[in-house]
Amino acid sequence: MGKENRRAVFILMICLGIFPFFIRSDYYLSIMIFIGINAIIVMGLSLLMGYAGQISLGHAAFFGIGAYCSGVLTVKLGFSIFTAFFCGIFLSTIMAMAIAIPTLKLKGHYLAVATLGFGEIIYVIFNELLEITGGPSGLSGIPSIHFFGYSFKGGWRYFYLVWTVAILLLIFSLNIIHSRIGRALRAVHGSEVAAQAMGVNVSQFKIQVFVLSAIYASVAGTLYAHFVTFISPSTFSLFVSILLLMMVVIGGGGSIWGALLGAGILTVLPESLRAFRDFDILVYGIILMTILLFMPEGIFKGLTLSLIWMRKKW
Amino acid sequence: MSLFSEILQFVFTGLTIGSIYSMVGLGFNIIYNATTIINLAQGEFVMFGGLIMVFLTVVLKFPLFVGFPLTVIVVMAIGAVFERFAIHPLRNASLLTLIIVTIAASILFRGIAMFIWGKDPYSLPPFTPGSPVMIGGAVIMLQTFWVLGTTLAIVVLTTLFFGKTIVGKAMSACSFNPMAASLMGIHVRKMILISFALSAGLGAVAGIVITPMSLMDYDRGPMLAVKGFCAAVLGGLGVGYGVVLGGFIVGLLESLTAGLIHSGFKDAVALVILLFILCFKPSGIFGSEEVSKIKKF
Repeated sequence: MGKENRRAVFILMICLGIFPFFIRSDYYLSIMIFIGINAIIVMGLSLLMGYAGQISLGHAAFFGIGAYCSGVLTVKLGFSIFTAFFCGIFLSTIMAMAIAIPTLKLKGHYLAVATLGFGEIIYVIFNELLEITGGPSGLSGIPSIHFFGYSFKGGWRYFYLVWTVAILLLIFSLNIIHSRIGRALRAVHGSEVAAQAMGVNVSQFKIQVFVLSAIYASVAGTLYAHFVTFISPSTFSLFVSILLLMMVVIGGGGSIWGALLGAGILTVLPESLRAFRDFDILVYGIILMTILLFMPEGIFKGLTLSLIWMRKKW
Repeated sequence: MSLFSEILQFVFTGLTIGSIYSMVGLGFNIIYNATTIINLAQGEFVMFGGLIMVFLTVVLKFPLFVGFPLTVIVVMAIGAVFERFAIHPLRNASLLTLIIVTIAASILFRGIAMFIWGKDPYSLPPFTPGSPVMIGGAVIMLQTFWVLGTTLAIVVLTTLFFGKTIVGKAMSACSFNPMAASLMGIHVRKMILISFALSAGLGAVAGIVITPMSLMDYDRGPMLAVKGFCAAVLGGLGVGYGVVLGGFIVGLLESLTAGLIHSGFKDAVALVILLFILCFKPSGIFGSEEVSKIKKF
């Protein structure tokens, strides 16, 4: 995982650990919870984009599968929260494999197209299966999470829960990157042919990373459903998939820390853009375009580079 | 209404929507042919076509034969500006980055359209006034003939362009191997600029002819792009006539599903087809495996 990363994770843990002691407002805590949930999905996407060189335009669907599995199974069928959580992961894994196995064996960016289609199909299903999902008006009354009688209701308890999961997945992702698999993936990103020549099974690695990122999204979906206790299809639309992709791009693909930063920025931004509510699309468009044109490596790398440049200068 | 005339009605609706998908698919095809980029902002060109036409003919009261070419020119300019300012500076970036840039452009275009026109849908009067025609019990609006006729004209023109003209042939050469093309004296950057302008123009035509039938608003682009893309992949990306047939197949299946099964599943049909095609014959119905192997996408 590397010494610097270990130190950074440690600092992040301390910062997050003391956060609720200083900020008690439920509003800020819930924003932090949403950042955590988004960060989980974006970390998976960042692994997929930065290390396997593929984009997904349908991750909101896996997010939705996690959320709806938790919601429907606990509300309608009386499953325990744990079982529903694993059902969501199971379903996401199956779906991800069904898309990835045929498309990732092909050269090029067919995955992007397939996930775009998949996302829209899932969105239609959420809307149309009225008896099960509640249709466009949504599903409410999802219970909050409790372990052995300890309830995670209330801002700061849920804050710790979400960020514990997020940090565990962060450590896991960092470990993957600095392992044999991570090196293989970076080789794939650099040159598929060269990687293949060195004995890396390219399509198998890509499929594994895609499935892993789908599982991340599903976990985030479950956490979302039990926090908000109400879900409706609009939370899982194409625009959300694109927003998640934007978080990766803004943070910088290929850097897990960048992913965290991207998730943070794009979760806080809509809150501060409340003033010009209707023009949020325009603002998103301008920001994304500017970053792509002037900092194609993302804000994280861009800032690091300019810091280095400044140090050299003075 | 008998079942026959009902089905006939759905077939005509399907053909109309199908022509729009064909035109959007052809737009994808042109940019893909020159650059191997999948331009996900293709649907926004259609949206701009419709909305600018509304502005010129309804607000400024320009006659049809002035408004039509003017709209196409304006949207072509938008396409060219987009290429110059977003695609051109990133010419050394990976294909992945370029595809993301087109997503960014799509969001930006939608934002601009909403800034100018707001969220309301706009309508245009039909090109030729008059009561609908009845064929076999099905009601067909006169605009349908405009849509079908325009598609036919576009198909003939693009086929001639890519098959017979030197610019068209040069553009196809760029897609197979830009390096080799430039060695043969083809100005690759110019070809890419032309391809963006052309494909924007095509999108604008689609937007202009469909607006009198189905209204137009700022948010129409993404779905049109997705469907047009399905059409292109179904027919075989890179194969002009395949893309057009793909568009008609998607349109027909969609309208028959909406009419005979359930209208809510309409949007899923195209995408289910897309997934099937990607699984079983990724080069498309009319595409050849050999050709798709030597291309980047």
